[in-house]
Amino acid sequence: MSVHEFRVKVGPVAFRICSAWKRPIDQLADLYRDYPTPEIPDYSVRLEARSPFRRFIRPSITLGGDYMLPDAAPLPLAQGLLAAEMAMNLQVALGWRRHLLLHASAVEKDGKALIMTGASGSGKSTLAAMLGHKGWRFMGDEFVLIDLVNGEAAPFPRMISLKNEAIGAMQASALDGRFGPLMIGTPKGDIRHLVPARDAIAQIAVSATPALLLFPSFGYEPAVREIGASEVFMRLTQASTNYVALGEAGFTTLTRFIKTVPARAIDYRDGIEAAALVNQLWDELA
Amino acid sequence: MAGPQSPKYIAERADQLLVEPLDAMTLIYQRRSGITHIVAEPVPEILAVMGGDALSAAEVAAWLAAQFDLDATDAEAVVATRLEELAALGLLERVRA
Repeated sequence: MSVHEFRVKVGPVAFRICSAWKRPIDQLADLYRDYPTPEIPDYSVRLEARSPFRRFIRPSITLGGDYMLPDAAPLPLAQGLLAAEMAMNLQVALGWRRHLLLHASAVEKDGKALIMTGASGSGKSTLAAMLGHKGWRFMGDEFVLIDLVNGEAAPFPRMISLKNEAIGAMQASALDGRFGPLMIGTPKGDIRHLVPARDAIAQIAVSATPALLLFPSFGYEPAVREIGASEVFMRLTQASTNYVALGEAGFTTLTRFIKTVPARAIDYRDGIEAAALVNQLWDELA
Repeated sequence: MAGPQSPKYIAERADQLLVEPLDAMTLIYQRRSGITHIVAEPVPEILAVMGGDALSAAEVAAWLAAQFDLDATDAEAVVATRLEELAALGLLERVRA
């Protein structure tokens, strides 16, 4: 039974989130209070009780929606916000066909986008969050949406999902930031959401031209390496959840991206080193 | 290897393939299957010389030798292997000799 509802539009994607409980909906409504409200959702997400009893006794959330993973484990009610965010991401990852999706973060300056992709733990999300408070516009830390016609990057600035050490780091550097509740011991560790900075929400429908692609690696001596176009292609097909589904449109969009956007791998040990490398490469290449 | 029993191959129609040379590799998107192939030389060259004709490995090797600095006899074995691989991928069709 889903009795509470919240609607939000993030970039081009419109969501409806329904819940058997009021609290996750109230949390979402507060965190997303400055975002547009869509009339017609692209996707519906449901936070449902595992059984009628589990709505009240040790409340446990089962996710429902247009696109779901059949064996997704239920989450306790205290992690309702995480459940909603995971389900929203899943709809886009599995269902979106209007753009080429890259699992990446992005920030914007002067109408041009810096796109960062890499494995979990590479720091792409934390880097985007940090740069978003240092003069760049935060465009998203989960998906970058590449237009199939003109190659522009559309923003998808969901809540920034900070994990473990990144929580303290961002609380120290984003002093004016608005944070969600701290969720301890989730399947992804400790999680706390951060509302993107004001300009990210104000320009939520403003695309940018991809100008630099970085593959960051956290935990190594600072270094910059060139990456060949065929390696970039292979890495980006792995980073895209809908490349195969898009067929020819995916091929033409991705090959145009690779031929026009310079790419580098960067190693760094902390945010200061990363910001210095990013600014240096941006000045040289973007 | 060349002889009356040598198999012949016809390449996928050119309008079914999108070919994008990158650095050392070339991407070939096949419209009919929706599959992207990542290939190295001499695959793009083989597909280019075949055009729409049914050719054997010896004939393809001779065409390649005429365009590139290689010996047709030496190239034939390599070309024969590549042609079988390309047929398995669906980028060529094996036809009767």
